[in-house]
Amino acid sequence: MENKENKNSKKAPVVLFVAKEKEPLFSKQNRKLLSDPLDDDNPITVQVLGICSALAITVQLEPAVVMAMAVMAVVTFSNLIVSLLRNLIPNRIRIIVQLVIVAALVILVDQVLKAFAYDVSKQLSVFVGLIITNCIVMGRLEAFALGNGPWKSVLDGIGNSVGYAVILIIVAFFRELLGSGKLFGIEVLGHKGVTMAESTRLYALGYENNGLMLLSPMALILVGIIIWAQRARNRKLIEN
Amino acid sequence: MNRDSNAYTFIFAIVMVLIVASALAFTAVSLKPMQDDNIRKEKMQNILFTIGLDSVEVNGAKEPLTRDLAQENYSKYVKEQISLKADGTVDASVDAFKLDLTSEIKKPVDEQRFPLFIAEKDGAKFYIIPLRGAGLWDAIWGYISLDDDLNTIKGVVFDHKGETPGLGAEITQTWFQQRFHDKAINDEDGNFVGITVMKGGSQGNDNAVDAISGATITSRGVENMIKERLDHYLAYFKKEKSEMALNN
Repeated sequence: MENKENKNSKKAPVVLFVAKEKEPLFSKQNRKLLSDPLDDDNPITVQVLGICSALAITVQLEPAVVMAMAVMAVVTFSNLIVSLLRNLIPNRIRIIVQLVIVAALVILVDQVLKAFAYDVSKQLSVFVGLIITNCIVMGRLEAFALGNGPWKSVLDGIGNSVGYAVILIIVAFFRELLGSGKLFGIEVLGHKGVTMAESTRLYALGYENNGLMLLSPMALILVGIIIWAQRARNRKLIEN
Repeated sequence: MNRDSNAYTFIFAIVMVLIVASALAFTAVSLKPMQDDNIRKEKMQNILFTIGLDSVEVNGAKEPLTRDLAQENYSKYVKEQISLKADGTVDASVDAFKLDLTSEIKKPVDEQRFPLFIAEKDGAKFYIIPLRGAGLWDAIWGYISLDDDLNTIKGVVFDHKGETPGLGAEITQTWFQQRFHDKAINDEDGNFVGITVMKGGSQGNDNAVDAISGATITSRGVENMIKERLDHYLAYFKKEKSEMALNN
């Protein structure tokens, strides 16, 4: 008798559906997945991931915006795919599997852009390929998508890429404005002529662009300033 | 099946690679014609840009020259496409438009063929030469059009694969390309010198333009590219000029 009971208890019934209360699509917990990466858990300023692309493509606003959108597409879809496969992926080669999925998605995006949005693809040029090495993508797959369901993973992907986009756009805004006096390629501070007489608005008063802003190290300094401001404001981030 | 067993790991890896590879191969092959089409139309667009054609009339209204419009209007303006040998003679067996400079440039000079496009607009004749060279990170290329004196530059278009946005990538901007207008590739004595891309102070110098600040190596790449490419056409130019002199 005892034996039989043991056998029975070992054979747990296969649970197909857990009859727990269904979580609403935008429950408080899910909303947090979207909003946390914007401030408390920002991928760039708090997790310090994706710094390389934050340095490289923030000279002008336009490529920064396009890059942010491309990263959003890749993070969201790779999160979704890895999350769907999370119970099938062998543990020992999971990083390789994630890499293959990300690389395949990026190549796909690149090919489709080249065929249907040729101008955008030219704008991004090498940076599309660099998305593969963006630490945010792998970081989210490893930290979140492998352990959570598809819907949550999609929200996490969107949240993190928006957090990334916000910092990218802030840095690009200051670098383009102070470095070349433009925003989205439009001369907002006036035109800088060859001589003072040809210059208009601010430049006519003797204003000069800061060439240092165009170089990568300034992006690092700007990111540093953002981190400083964020930590001064957000008490949760202060370390003991 | 045990997810940590070697067999499962192998099978998973093989199946994944097969699926991903076939999906990528399928997209690459099926999108290839559209991508090539874009590249071909862009080449026509660039060639037309160098002769100053940035808009065309469509149904009485001026429309900016898009890639599709470039294709429609290309044969109206470009009258001749010839490929030259290094000694300046014409090789009729090669289609100049299909010549790929990337592979051509790697051959020894004697085996290279040099494409030349001759266009006509409003009665003026333009000689358009494709360029290719190296920037800071990767290839740069472009087109340069010369007046029928084979000396004055009428227009240039530059493009690049991976120069830094905001710095080297600015060579694609019109404000930089306009600096080349009406500059000369020969000095006052008629010797070929090309265009020097210098750090300021090019005013009044017919053979120089101002560089882009912060992009010294890309600027120098542009300079070298123009010198290196045009040098191969000098033999042909000499013949053209003596022919023109005879005809007059």
